[in-house]
Amino acid sequence: MYEIELLINGRPFRGAAEARTTLADFLRHTLRLTGTHLGCEHGVCGACTVLVDGVSARSCLMLAVQADGAIVETVEGLAEHDGTLHPLQQAFRDAHGLQCGFCTPGMLMTLVELLRETPHPSEDEVRDAISGNICRCTGYQSIVDATLAVAGAAGTEGSEP
Amino acid sequence: MKPPPFAYFRPGTLDEAIAILGRTENAKVLAGGQSLMAMLNLRYVFPDALVDINDLFELSGIEIAPERIRIGAMTRQRRIELDAELYEAMPIFRDALKLVGHRQTRNRGTIGGSLCHLDPASELPTLALLLDAGIETAGPAGVRRIPVGEFITGYMMPGIGPDEIVTAIEFAPWSVAHGHAFHEFARRHGDFAVASAAVMVERDRQGVVTRCAIAIGGIGSVPQRHGAGETALTGSDGGPDAIAAALESCAGLDILGDFHGGPDYRLSVARTMLRRSLTAALARASERTQQA
Repeated sequence: MYEIELLINGRPFRGAAEARTTLADFLRHTLRLTGTHLGCEHGVCGACTVLVDGVSARSCLMLAVQADGAIVETVEGLAEHDGTLHPLQQAFRDAHGLQCGFCTPGMLMTLVELLRETPHPSEDEVRDAISGNICRCTGYQSIVDATLAVAGAAGTEGSEP
Repeated sequence: MKPPPFAYFRPGTLDEAIAILGRTENAKVLAGGQSLMAMLNLRYVFPDALVDINDLFELSGIEIAPERIRIGAMTRQRRIELDAELYEAMPIFRDALKLVGHRQTRNRGTIGGSLCHLDPASELPTLALLLDAGIETAGPAGVRRIPVGEFITGYMMPGIGPDEIVTAIEFAPWSVAHGHAFHEFARRHGDFAVASAAVMVERDRQGVVTRCAIAIGGIGSVPQRHGAGETALTGSDGGPDAIAAALESCAGLDILGDFHGGPDYRLSVARTMLRRSLTAALARASERTQQA
């Protein structure tokens, strides 16, 4: 077993994991952070996407031991402590960017990365960014709409998400 | 599913990594993990040990010199895609990398890992073959530089020893006026290609093709150079007859059928991809030659 310490959403966490434990299982089972979802477990569906040291990664294709010392961001870190939704979450809600919600954590974390890099993406850039995230409910249109809405809103207020 | 149990090593130096590989039976090198981790989760592979080389920072980086470009094996695909200087010298890398998986996998996936996985449909081995790259390895006997044609020994079989590690890929850049294109067809964005065609060409001011390289991926057990197509183009005016001859001679390539379709289907897709790539690369070469 390996002792793993990491910073998740600004809070320090520690736990023990076997070498073969993926980061996704470590987050969900050991640390009980079940906001990150696991779909296919082979890197295709994108549900388990988290940010590791600022960049998006499939948490099913990383070992927990590889994240020792890393800064990890998950969907649990998006909303404010008082429950106020992140602007992207609010836009998803407003535009019906989710139905069952299974893909949503991966969609949100991927789009958070996109909007940090590209605060005002084109529709093509949004669609390219989420090309590795499978949604079986929405047909993607409402997800794209939500992202473009929040990107537009961020621009008019002069702040970046 | 979950990976089977294995021992885990994370060496801090290349020498240490080679020593561990030398004394450990049935060990696999873990680079970006974007193929190996999936294969472990699916229990397609059962290594007794993983040697994680993510701490070998010296294996990461892009060096661009007039005669030679060197990309470290652990350079992440996303970094290669976004590198402005490499884009200036060899824009085909960005075209090819946009087709590799998705941004989340390119953030971790490495060029060395992709070369060693050697899926016949993956873009980076096809590109390495197109550019006559040298694959640099380090092992107990020292450093070797393997021509890509010898590195690709068969279906998913890189020509390196069990105690060797790929450290870099090197190739000579083409002239500033070259034309390039990389087209592929996949059932969904980011999937492995049914067929891909990578093309590099140079033309003189009269439009005569002075140099041409073509690599076809996805259709056979390994990526292949299309020598007959290169011969048809080189010395020609790059017009419809030369392109038709290059497409016709695709029939001589090694083509396998699979669940996407039989060999005839894949040949047809390969021809379409090659026609698109040749047309785009020839036009770009003309444009850049006029500008130069």
